[in-house]
Amino acid sequence: MSTIMQLTPEEERKRNQRNWAIAGVLLAFVVLVFVVTIVKLGGNVMNRPL
Amino acid sequence: MTGVAAPATERPGASLAGPADYLALLKPRVMSLVVFTALATIIVAPGSIHPVIAVAALLCIAVGAGAAGALNQWYDADIDAIMIRTRARPVPSGKIGAQQALEFGATLAAFSVFAMAFLVGYVAAALLAATIAFYVFVYTMWLKRSTVQNIVIGGAAGALPPVIGWAAVTGNAFDTLPWLLFLIIFLWTPPHFWALALAGSEDYARAKVPMLPVVKGSRATRNHILAYTFLLIAATGTPFALGLLGPVYGATALIGCLGFLGFAVALWRAPKEAERTAAMRLFAYSIFYLFAVFTALAAERLIGLAPGA
Repeated sequence: MSTIMQLTPEEERKRNQRNWAIAGVLLAFVVLVFVVTIVKLGGNVMNRPL
Repeated sequence: MTGVAAPATERPGASLAGPADYLALLKPRVMSLVVFTALATIIVAPGSIHPVIAVAALLCIAVGAGAAGALNQWYDADIDAIMIRTRARPVPSGKIGAQQALEFGATLAAFSVFAMAFLVGYVAAALLAATIAFYVFVYTMWLKRSTVQNIVIGGAAGALPPVIGWAAVTGNAFDTLPWLLFLIIFLWTPPHFWALALAGSEDYARAKVPMLPVVKGSRATRNHILAYTFLLIAATGTPFALGLLGPVYGATALIGCLGFLGFAVALWRAPKEAERTAAMRLFAYSIFYLFAVFTALAAERLIGLAPGA
């Protein structure tokens, strides 16, 4: 039988804060990988059949 | 049902820890010194690195250092809970569970090393992995509780970031200058931490951590601090003497070393009742000293006065 865990309002607020922090860090990492990729490709970014 | 929930720490999945608590787990003050020494070395290293890659390298170093700090706090929670200086940290205070600290630290450690490998280079990544492993396995798990030389040998972990920064730019870790910078931080670490340990020796004694003041006493510690100060001065002057760094660094190093010697001698001569004040002065000055020395070598390169610039 499964139990549903009840969080207090404060625990829910902290969980939301943690979730937003994780989302922000992941988004920043995606942006960093994208920018580094563009930098490493350099001038070759357009060097492909269109 | 009463409607009264058990404390968050007793219910799996419930937590009152916020992002700030997880940030505290990364020891941000230690991280700032590590990142700064790496940044200065990235600036002074020969060759060029794209600013975006440099930022990526510094982020990886910061996260890797933070991960090592989190793993240290996981392993040392029992000691931290006893010591006044550390008992408010997230794990001993109960804000973050030990298991969460372990998972957080291990995840970030792996993440930082892989990100360094793919975004910056394999040599820098290997050095970062070695730094984290040395800090966690050699210093935290082995040396800290077993030998009076704990922070002397363990200091190697904190001294490696300049070598990582150098490798991020050059792809090579076997040059003279980054290892001289390593030596400066390596020899700076004992007087820095022993000054702190002198000021809080009862704390370390209570936690049974064999710091030098606890095991050998105050006089021996002050002698050691003075001896390491002379070694630090010699190491700091070497890059200038070898012509690897220029006059801006040389002048800053000279003034900085005179100051360091002044505070170390003041501690060495201080009467017992003034020891704590003198120790804390040296501790505070040592942080300023390291920032000043690394600022000078970076500034010298930026204004074009470094040798070969």
